[in-house]
Amino acid sequence: MQKYISIRLFATLNRYTPDTADSYPVRPGTTVRDLIDQLGVPLTEVKLIFIDGVKGDIASALNGGERVGIFPPVGGG
Amino acid sequence: MNDLQNRIAALATSGRLPDGTSYRRISVEDTVRLSTAFGVPGRDVEIAALKAGTTPERYVRNMKTFSLDEQIILLRSRVGIFGLGGLGGAVTEILTRVGIGTLRLIDGDIFEDSNLNRQFLSTPDLIATSKAAAAAQKVRQINPSIVVEQYNENLNDSNALSLIENSDVAVDCLDNVPSRFSLEHAAKQIGSPLVSAAVAGVSGHVTTIFPEDSGLELIYGESDRRPLKGVETSLGCLPQAVTLLASVECSEVIKILLGKGDVLRNRLFFVDLVSNTMDVLQLLTVS
Repeated sequence: MQKYISIRLFATLNRYTPDTADSYPVRPGTTVRDLIDQLGVPLTEVKLIFIDGVKGDIASALNGGERVGIFPPVGGG
Repeated sequence: MNDLQNRIAALATSGRLPDGTSYRRISVEDTVRLSTAFGVPGRDVEIAALKAGTTPERYVRNMKTFSLDEQIILLRSRVGIFGLGGLGGAVTEILTRVGIGTLRLIDGDIFEDSNLNRQFLSTPDLIATSKAAAAAQKVRQINPSIVVEQYNENLNDSNALSLIENSDVAVDCLDNVPSRFSLEHAAKQIGSPLVSAAVAGVSGHVTTIFPEDSGLELIYGESDRRPLKGVETSLGCLPQAVTLLASVECSEVIKILLGKGDVLRNRLFFVDLVSNTMDVLQLLTVS
């Protein structure tokens, strides 16, 4: 059954945001790595992944209903 | 010191806050005069005044947030500010005005034209001069009561321990990832809490690290996966994000020193001004 998640891509990754970011369709069991591939985000540009406000990783599985935030490395001062 | 207290009592006047609260106060001018007359830092005059229930007028707008005893704690504290660029310049100004008694200012760099968009300490006439010297001068101009310790050095593994020594809290305002880890390592060795912020474009984050916490590794990964810099190399750093994150760093420093309020241990305060996203994210995965 089709489920939906919301996606936020920040800073340099913002340009990969899909039109359906607020309601992006996923099949339950899709991993964050699958999602990153689908969006065309180079894996080397990803530093932090948060799922519902908690740190996750590329192996984290999505079941629908989650808020996913993807961040590049940030280090300036 | 009794003589100092007598002079403070003689110079103190009555004041009234806008809400009607009455208080005893001593002016900036009298504080400076007593500091010179007694040959002690203005900070010590202010502590003596606060102990006698007299508020240095420059801190009167702190009064509804800090008690007199809490203002004394801040004046007795030493905070190390590592990096005096965008974050560090704003952090220096805020901590100077709030009344942290001793500021250790550390940066070996000089100002460049490209700093002017965001670094509050930089002005055209200071291009090619020391950031640490500019910071020290700024502190003295704003609040001559503060004791300034100035180090024209960039932090590295060999000088980190001596630079952080005796700091009650260290503030990471550095601009590269390896230096941040050198600072964290030193902070853990001396048992000092560390507040760390990083910026890219109009995004950034802040966290607070106590010696027993995992800390920066939770953000930047293990040593073989760490970048030298982040995406600020392409996005730059904008002043509206830099100063916002510097403010959050100062808020953390004050809460740590006073031991009250919620601090960002194992959590990441994140802000992105493109989408107006602000969130506090959990860095520890739930197992």
